[in-house]
Amino acid sequence: MVDQAWLIPVVPLVAFFVIAFFGKRFPGRGADVGIFATAISFLLSATVAWRVIQDGTFHHEASLTWFELSSFELELGMRIDGLAAMMFVVVTTVSLLVQIYSTSYMAHEPRYTWYFAALNLFTGSMLTLVIANNLLQLLVGWELVGICSYLLIGHFWEDKLNQDAAVKAFVTTKTGDVPFLFGIFALIAAAGTANIGGITEAVEQGELGTGILTVAAILLFGGAIGKSAQFPLHVWLPDAMAGPTPVSALIHAATMVVAGVYLVGRMFTVFVASDQALLVVSTIAGITMLIAALLAVVQDDIKRVLAYSTVSQLAYMVAGLSLGPAGFTPGLFHLFTHAFFKALLFLGAGAVIHAVHSNNMSSMGGLRRFMPTTFWTFLIGSAALSGIPPLAGFWSKDEIITTAFREEHFVLWGAAFLTAILTAFYMTRAVLLTFFGQYRGHGEPHEAPRAMTGPLVVLAGLSVVVGFLGAPPFGAVFADWVHIEGAHHQPFSYGFAAVSIVGALAGILVGYRLYARWKERDPVTRLGPVYALLDNKYFLDEAYLWGIVRPIQYPVARAVNWTNRYLLDGMVHLTAATMRLLGRGTAAVDTKVVDGAVNRVAIGAGFTGGLLRYVQSGNVQRYAVLLFAGVVILTVIFTRV
Amino acid sequence: MIRLPLVLLFSAFLFSAGVYGVLARRNAVLVLMSIELMLNAVNVNLVAFSRYLKDVALGGEIFALFVITVAAAEVGIGLAIVILIYRNRETVNVDEVNLLRW
Amino acid sequence: MTTPELVFSVLALIGAGGAVLLVTAKNVVHAALYLVVTLAAVAAVYLVLTSEFVAWTQVLIYVGAIVVLLLFSLMLTRAPIGREALDNQQRGIAALVGAAILGGLAYLLNDAFRGARIELEPTFTADVGEQMFSTYVLPFEVVSFLLLAALIGAIVLARKEDA
Repeated sequence: MVDQAWLIPVVPLVAFFVIAFFGKRFPGRGADVGIFATAISFLLSATVAWRVIQDGTFHHEASLTWFELSSFELELGMRIDGLAAMMFVVVTTVSLLVQIYSTSYMAHEPRYTWYFAALNLFTGSMLTLVIANNLLQLLVGWELVGICSYLLIGHFWEDKLNQDAAVKAFVTTKTGDVPFLFGIFALIAAAGTANIGGITEAVEQGELGTGILTVAAILLFGGAIGKSAQFPLHVWLPDAMAGPTPVSALIHAATMVVAGVYLVGRMFTVFVASDQALLVVSTIAGITMLIAALLAVVQDDIKRVLAYSTVSQLAYMVAGLSLGPAGFTPGLFHLFTHAFFKALLFLGAGAVIHAVHSNNMSSMGGLRRFMPTTFWTFLIGSAALSGIPPLAGFWSKDEIITTAFREEHFVLWGAAFLTAILTAFYMTRAVLLTFFGQYRGHGEPHEAPRAMTGPLVVLAGLSVVVGFLGAPPFGAVFADWVHIEGAHHQPFSYGFAAVSIVGALAGILVGYRLYARWKERDPVTRLGPVYALLDNKYFLDEAYLWGIVRPIQYPVARAVNWTNRYLLDGMVHLTAATMRLLGRGTAAVDTKVVDGAVNRVAIGAGFTGGLLRYVQSGNVQRYAVLLFAGVVILTVIFTRV
Repeated sequence: MIRLPLVLLFSAFLFSAGVYGVLARRNAVLVLMSIELMLNAVNVNLVAFSRYLKDVALGGEIFALFVITVAAAEVGIGLAIVILIYRNRETVNVDEVNLLRW
Repeated sequence: MTTPELVFSVLALIGAGGAVLLVTAKNVVHAALYLVVTLAAVAAVYLVLTSEFVAWTQVLIYVGAIVVLLLFSLMLTRAPIGREALDNQQRGIAALVGAAILGGLAYLLNDAFRGARIELEPTFTADVGEQMFSTYVLPFEVVSFLLLAALIGAIVLARKEDA
């Protein structure tokens, strides 16, 4: 069965083509094909996961060679281990639930069939990225998910804001892809192969110097900064909320954005080999988690709260990994749990938005009376995110915080702890503003249909349960499946757990105090200049616009245009003019010389004929004279000579 | 005992005279007559050689007989043609029958 | 110069003279009559050369039939008697060509057969007949076919077109 694991990405990719070309003919308008395909992928992922569960050291690799250059081989292959199996399960589960949810959420939206086609293309691409056994195949999946993100963010392209958001997402992640590409090149050049196993082995054997590994690791992390929205390239993720909410749940919470984290996990040996690289990674992670959490505090749009929260949690995962081998399992465990409860929160927000027809929490309120299922599932998700035991988030976040302290990364520990408090605070704020108090909007909101509440319930259940997979008191079996060498099993510290719980509760308490009763002016505005700074996202967007975009747009673009028109096109025109001249010359030669020769031959023949015709006198006796004269001459010749 | 060259000379003379007649005469019948002259020259040659070589099979004489026969046939047809041309063109002058000129 | 040779020479002169007059006669009928002279001389030459059958066949067919045919055709085609010239423009060249042929032939033949002599022995018509119908029977049959064809051809050609 594992040999057929390559079907896991292929089935959704095939579904993409089927939906794109034939989707409209199906009774479900393409959604049925997509859900069916994703379900197949999910079942296959479950079988692979089962193998890993049975044998934690399970490892399988298979590939076929696409083509070979003299020293380099380009292959298409799969690398299955615990990490890959975990990602399969996450991607297929969330994709399946999001597609089921979308049948209801997107029912009256335009381009329904294409939406499902793009979702399946995304699922297939993400799985290609995960299953890849070599960096180039990973890159292919990486870029494809970037395209899908662009397509899906811009789904409602009638509004220019959505188009701009899609372009911003694409260009920003692309900015991170440049160092990523160079990182890949550096590794291929140094190790001689793109195969991940080969590179890992080369690093372990010590064949590559620390210098090249540092550079390569930092360059690879550049891609992760872009794709996983870390500082300074985090600016695209909040704007990406312009896309449909199920898209935000799938791509910008659970799957695509974790591609960067997955990359660091896959290439972990490279990162671990260089202390400087790990330092860079943890610095950026630390900065990101704090600034994003602060930004989440001041948002009115419920999706933006969740978006900044995602940025912050991604930083958590990256921070976990930056702690070295000890942080490998915790970081990836947080990826696993976060996928479920973040998707839950987004889908819940989607249900709310669907009912209220607005994203802004200032237009919501008291929705727990109208939408009970949504309320309870959202509450479970928020609690999980805030780190309330025994829900999933607690176990994973606590592991990271504890490991940070144990590895003596105290600054990172401080940042992580502070962020945890802020997380609890802004989620409490969000829950209170949305579900409690008086309803401030128009009309009568109602509960979401079954297709939407179903996935919510499933995800809520998962948010409760999956935590126990990695919880040390319960055996921490997750570590048996996703682990790395050199990591020692740490005993669970009740002390640290207690500290985390206290911090979370503190955040919740402050939030409750400030937001339990509705106030006309949002309490956070009382922070004054701090609020202004946060409200304007630290003026980063403006800095990028005036510092980078405008200089390129105006002078550089003009210069490029000039070069193109006068130099490049000039050369083309010159060549064309030369060709025309040559053409005319050739034509002249052809007419005068070649045709002229032919014509002159014809004229000559005619002329000679005109002369020779007089031989044909019609007079038989004349002919006879010539004949006899000829005979005489011939006789003379043959007898004399 | 006749010297062979004399006979051959006679034959050559007749032939040359015939050639001149063919080339120089306008009347078609006269041309045919000149052709007969040439054929006779050939016959004399044949018979002379047959006698000279003492041919047992008398090839020369018999060939000469055949030539005479063929000449007769040829004259018959030739004159038929001449008469046809006369009917068509009112003339038997060879140089007036020149439609195949340029 | 033996007697046969002398006789031959006389006959040859007569024949040659007749030939020359034939090709230069101004009157077509005279030309036909000169032809008779030449043909008769040639028949006599055959006799001198002891080929009697050939000689009499010559007289019979040539002088007897062919000349008559020629005269008839002269009559039917209103042979010009009188003013109209009988020679064409290329007399000069024709004379040249004829002279060249004569010269060439004479030289060649003389050069080849100098000193050759014909031994005159009588040939018998019986031998001619025998050879004709044994060795040369096939050409004989073919020639008869040829005559048939010529006969039919002449009739077809010369009859009047049915309107």
